[in-house]
This record gives sequence, structure tokens and C-alpha cells, in this order.
Amino acid sequence: MLEIQNLNKSFGALAVSQDISIEIGAGQCHALIGPNGAGKTTLIHQISGVLQADSGAVLLDGQDITRLSVWQRVQAGLGRTFQLTSVLPSFSVLENMAIAAQAKRGSSMRFFRAAAQERALNTIAHATAERVGLSARTDVLASDLSHGELRLLELGIALAAKPKFLLLDEPMAGLGRTESAALITLLADLRGSLPMLLVEHDMDAIFQLADSVSVLVDGKVIARGTPDAVRAAPGARAAYLGEGAA
Amino acid sequence: MSMTLFLILCLNGVQYGMLLFLIAAGLTLVFGVMGFINLAHGVQYMVGAYLAFFFVQLTGSFFLAVVLSLGAALIIGLLLEYFIFRHLYTRTHLDQVLATFGIIIFLNELAKVLFGPATLSLSPPELLSGSIQLTETLRYPVYRLVTIFIGLAVAVGLFFAVSYTRVGMLIRAGATTPEMVSALGVNIQQLFMIVFGVGAMLAGFAGVIAAPIFAVEPGMGDNILIVAFVVIIIGGVGSIGGAFVAALLVGLIDTLGRSLATMVLSAVFNPSFASQIGPALASMLIYILMAAILVFRPKGLLPAKGANA
Amino acid sequence: MDRPLILAAFIFALLLALPLLLPLFGAAYLTGLIIKAMLLAIAAISLDLLIGHGGMVSLGHAAFVGVGAYAAAIGLESGIEDILVLLLITLAVTGLVALVTGTLALRTSGVYLLMITLAFGQMIYFTLTSLAAYGGDDGLTLWNLATLFGSDVVQNGAGLYYVVLGTLLMVWWFVHRLSRARFGRVLRAARDNPQRAEVMGFAVKRYQLAAYVIAALIAGVSGLLTVQYAEFVSPALATWQRSGDLIVVVVLGGLASRNGAILGAFFIVIVEEVLGSFLHEWRLIYGPLLVLMVLFAKGGLSDLFAPRGTRRSAH
Repeated sequence: MLEIQNLNKSFGALAVSQDISIEIGAGQCHALIGPNGAGKTTLIHQISGVLQADSGAVLLDGQDITRLSVWQRVQAGLGRTFQLTSVLPSFSVLENMAIAAQAKRGSSMRFFRAAAQERALNTIAHATAERVGLSARTDVLASDLSHGELRLLELGIALAAKPKFLLLDEPMAGLGRTESAALITLLADLRGSLPMLLVEHDMDAIFQLADSVSVLVDGKVIARGTPDAVRAAPGARAAYLGEGAA
Repeated sequence: MSMTLFLILCLNGVQYGMLLFLIAAGLTLVFGVMGFINLAHGVQYMVGAYLAFFFVQLTGSFFLAVVLSLGAALIIGLLLEYFIFRHLYTRTHLDQVLATFGIIIFLNELAKVLFGPATLSLSPPELLSGSIQLTETLRYPVYRLVTIFIGLAVAVGLFFAVSYTRVGMLIRAGATTPEMVSALGVNIQQLFMIVFGVGAMLAGFAGVIAAPIFAVEPGMGDNILIVAFVVIIIGGVGSIGGAFVAALLVGLIDTLGRSLATMVLSAVFNPSFASQIGPALASMLIYILMAAILVFRPKGLLPAKGANA
Repeated sequence: MDRPLILAAFIFALLLALPLLLPLFGAAYLTGLIIKAMLLAIAAISLDLLIGHGGMVSLGHAAFVGVGAYAAAIGLESGIEDILVLLLITLAVTGLVALVTGTLALRTSGVYLLMITLAFGQMIYFTLTSLAAYGGDDGLTLWNLATLFGSDVVQNGAGLYYVVLGTLLMVWWFVHRLSRARFGRVLRAARDNPQRAEVMGFAVKRYQLAAYVIAALIAGVSGLLTVQYAEFVSPALATWQRSGDLIVVVVLGGLASRNGAILGAFFIVIVEEVLGSFLHEWRLIYGPLLVLMVLFAKGGLSDLFAPRGTRRSAH
């Protein structure tokens, strides 16, 4: 579903991505772990289009998206969530998701018909709100949500666009234990139908969700395999326990 | 055209550039350090010119007037900072635009009321009047030459102050990473006041030395403010070096363009067409330059390091 | 019906009835004043589309009023008299200028956009002053005005009044619909959080450019009507102070509020007349008034006008 092929990126003399290849099949959840500064964020940027890779390719569902811009990749079916919550604060919860759905359903250069009355969009938004557990809060402004609710909305915005693939950048960031557990359950439900790349520090989440794991250190994938196999690998162990590069 | 005329135009361009630099330097620092968009910066230039006129009338001495005007420009700047600008740093740019627009309206009208709507002129001091033989064929007014040197001196002084003094270090830090400055425990209020005072004084100073060259009239600061914005966009916001290079560039291009555009065009087109299009094209040149910079170097020629556009 | 619609219905009913209520067309002075305010309101509504809905503060918007006015005036001078043809010319010229300057200006955002629109506005102003054949600095008095299918009904008095009112109503309605349609929603999203809008799959700059061009077109129409009303065109229409005045009207009326823009326009025109009538130097009061408004009346005077809870910040 998502294929990363021999991706390279450097800033001057600093190589932040070195020959990275990851392949994630349909229905798979792949986790990416590594210490801070390992190049996870740079890799996410290259997948989502914020940065252009120096060489290599990113394929989504067989389509080469390496040179596409951020919005074109979303149109091609890439969904993502941000590590730092990024929503539309002056929009209601429902409208945040309705506009995400709108982006993928027809042109938005429409000037007359009231968008809030488009039933197709509202249906998707309500269904998504239900899915992420925000159906009681649809009319609340995003700026009035709690942190935990914002994380859910963040996911809801990505889901409302009906992506083919989901890029999750530390979805558990800042969540308490119960909230994390609930989100893990939610993601576990999604996993079968929606392939995802999960960047996460929370080991619980990784062991419960990931089918496979890549360990990124100093811009290189130093180990990969099932969570259990990677747990046993000596270099990787140091990395995901946050003890720096092995 | 003769070489002599060309040289004179170049000198005029450099001189205009120096004036622009004095204005743009304050504007770019105030914006770079405080993120404050001060439309009233141009009107402070006008205030400088009127102060010079006033103090020359009062004292009869140009040099005394310069000193008094600088002091008065500084005081007016600090008063504005204390009573108005200080309360706007954390506001939206829209609020800043509105408030400083109000100040412009007020001061322009005040100048009209106090000194009349007519254009005033001020002669350069006795000592600096007359012109000097530069080459065999080239004579150039001493006063204009002096303003070039003063501009250069201020540029050098500013450059050293920003590069090597503690306040300069803070200014540079503030222009790139404002959080760091407050993290250092520096009295931000005081830093802002210093930057603002210096900016106001520079603009006022530009007005003072411009008074004997250009017409002193209400609204004289408005157009030059916009050219100063063009300068800092070309140079890179927050960058003194960028402001200097861009000011010279804009000064030269504008001055040469106004004199040469029609001539150059008439070499290609018929004269009446050239004389119609020439002036229009000349007045557009600096904006075309700005547009080109925006396309090819959106952050300006010499952006302040780390500045985010 | 929601409150803005009721307020709008009231405003427009009043404007529609004014010529009947008062023996207005005897008092050309008052008619002129109201037409002036309506023309200002049209331009302000278009600027509010940029500032209020799009979060794009342009300080060069009056330039498009100037471009529209000159396009119409030059058309008239060239012997084109039908107002609908002139309208097409105005729209084409203003749209083209906005497309070019907007494409360049929107490479930036925030305060840079402000400075660049200011600079482009000034460039347009100087270009207009250099049109020697059309009066240069001094402007041009127009001896022929536009006609509608050969009739002079749109030239003055009640005819012109209702043409301007009709245009204001149409602009109000168009921007109202547009702001609630898909397009307006994307524009607000780009104002709220451009990065998120991009990651939702919107080519944000395209929508912003479209809004910029639409706003310019509306401003151009106000320019066309200004020519018809004033029978005169001059670069003064395009000065940056005029752009500043438009911002004042928009903020005074309340952001993202079309009713606010109309009320703001009437307020400014009336204040100028009233202050100006007893003090020639009324700007000595007007200037500090703006400063005080920003410093102390946080929501602007708009709070007095706008229905509670509808006002939103642009940032």
C-alpha cells in the first residue's frame, strides 16, 4: 500500500535519511521507532510532502507521489495526523470533519450553495464523529475542546477524508493512561481496513498495534521485524528504550 | 548623454539610497525585533524635517537645529512608544496598522495646521552650500556629498553596534528567536524602547538632512515609507546589511530610471510613445525589482539568519 | 432567519425607502452622501472578504477601485458608452491586474502580504498618475457618462441611486452566499490554520488567489460606479490612504460582517461630514479617535453594531 524506496535526504553534510526502504501492505500497521534526532520527523515530512527527498521514491497504492505537493498527496489518498494538534479552532467539531470530507468530494470552487447543508458531507462527518467518539460534541467549537478530545478530532479529520493510508505522528502524545488505552482500541479497530504507519514512543501502543517495526537510528533503519523480534535485537533495544544510538 | 551627467545621477542615486537606508534601518529593526508594523515610521521622517525647519527659524543655526531636532525626534518617538506602541506589541497586525494609521492622519494634519499646507524649503547651511569640483567636468553640491558620507558613517556605526555590542547582540537574537531573548531574562520593555528610540531618531535624522534637499510638506513621509517597505522586502526583513544593499539598489535604480527610462525607450520606440511610457515605467521600476526578488529570493537578498518569512 | 439577515433586510428596506420617505431628490447633497457611503460600503465588503474571511490584510485595496475607475473612464473617453460593456471592460482589466499582483503577493503571507500589497498599490497609483493622456496627477473630468441601452437613466438622481443600491445588494448577497459556500469554508480554514487546510487536501494559495481576484473585481465595480457618480476620475481614488480608510471601515464595522461594512461606511461618511462641518481640521480628531479605538475599545465600535456572538477575530 505504501512503499518507501531507497529514500535519501541530507542537509549539507548531515545525512538525515540514508537509503530508507519500508513497505507496508494492505491491512498492515507498521511502527517506526527511534531516539530523538534519529530522523523520524524528516522521514514523515518526506512522506507527507513537506520536504522533498534527494533521491528515492514514495509510492502510494502503486502511484508515485515522490514529487507531489502536500495537498496533492492528500488527494491521492494519504491521511495524516500531527504530533502537535492541528485543527481549525473557529470551526465546530462537525465542520472540521465536514471540510475534510469536502476536500475529497468534488471541487471546492463552489460559490453559492451553503456547504453546511450538503447532506453527503454531514453524513460522513457524523459517522466519523461517531467512530472517534465525539458524537456528543459535534456542535462545540474546536477551540473549546479538551486536549484529549482534540487528539480524537485530529484523527477524525484524517478519517473523514477516507484515506487509503494513514500516517500517525505520535497520536498518543500528551494523553493520560485511560485516554491512551481508548485510542489504542480505536486504532486497533481501524487497523484491518486501513493500513498505517505509526510513529510512537508509547511501547504499549506499539506492541498492541504494530504488525512490524522499523528502528531508525541516525537516519538508517538498523533493525526491522515483528515487535517481538525487534525487542530481542540488541541495537534496537537501546534505541527504543531511549538510551540513544547503540 | 555625457559621462558627467551619468556620474551626477549615480551620486544622486547613492544619496537617495542613504536617506532610504536611514529610514529603512529603523523600520526593519522595529519590525524584526518586535514584530511590530509601524506605518507611522514615515511620519517620523516628516517630523524630523519640520523640526529642522522650526529650529533653524528659531536659532538661525543649522547645526544647532540638527542637534535640537535629533533630541526632539527622540523624545517624540519615546513618547509615542510609551503612550501608544507599547500597548500594541502583542496585538494583531491589523490593530497595529489601524493605530499607526491614526497617528499618520493626526500628524500630517497637525503639520498642515502648524506650518500651513504649502511646501517649505530650507537652505543648506552656509558652510556646506556651494559645490565642489570632483573631476575636471564634474561639480557636485557639497551638502549632498556630505549627506552621503553621513549615511555611510551611520551605516558603519549601526553595523558595528549591531554586530559587537550587547544591545546589538540582543537585537540580532530578538530578530531571529524572540523566545531566547526573554529566556535570557533581559528587560524586553527596555530593549524595545531602545530599538524604538533609535529607529525614531534615525527616521527623524533622515528628515532633518532631507529638508534642504527635498520639499518639506505634509504627507512627505507617506511615499517614502512605502519605498522603505520595498527596501526591507528586497533586503530581507530584520537585516541591517540587507537594508543597506537594498537601499542603495533602490536609490540608484529609481534615480537613474527616472532620468534615463524615456531616453532608453526612445532609442527603440518612437519618441512620443517613449515619453508617454517612460515616466510610468520609471516609477514602476523599483516595484518590478521587488516582484522579481519575491519570485527568485522570497526572503530577500540578505535575510536575517533564521528569520522566517 | 438569523439576525444578520434581519439586520440586512432592515438596512436595505431603509435604503430603498429613503428616496420616498424624504423629499430626498430635492436635496442632492444628501443623496450624494448616501451614494458615497454605499460606494464605500461596496469596496469595504470586498476588502472584508479578504481580511475578515481570508485573514489576508491588504493595504492596497483602493488601487483596484482606481483601476476599475480608470478602465471605465478610458472606455468612456474611447466612445464606449453602454454601462454593461463598460462593466465587462472594468472586470477584465481589474481581474487581470489582480491576477498578476495577487500571484506575486500571495507568495508571502501575514505582515509581508500587507507590505507587498501596499507596494503594489502604490505602483498602480503611480501608473495612474503617469497617464498623461487622461489627466495625469490632476485626473480627468468626464463629459460623457455611461448609458444603459442608450438611456440616460443611470446617470444621476433616482436612477443612479437605485443602480448603486442594487449593486450593493447584489454584492452583499454574493459575498454572503460565497462565505457560506464550500469556497468560503476553505477560505476560513486557510485563515484559521493554512497548514491544516493544505493537509486536508486544499491547494490553499489557489483559493486565496481566487478570493483576492474576486475582491478586486468588486472593488473595480465600485470604481466604475464612482466614475458615474462623480463624473470625474483621479489617481486620488487609489492612494494608500484610501486603502487605509477601507481598513478602518472594515474593522469599525466588525470583521467578516457585511452589515458591519455598510454601517461602518455610513459611520465614516457621516463622521467626516459632521466633524468636517464644524472643524475644517477634523482629522486632528479622527486620527486620535482611531488610536483610542484600538487601544481601549477592544472589539472596535463594531460591538455596538454587530449582533452578539457573531464577531470573530481574523487571527
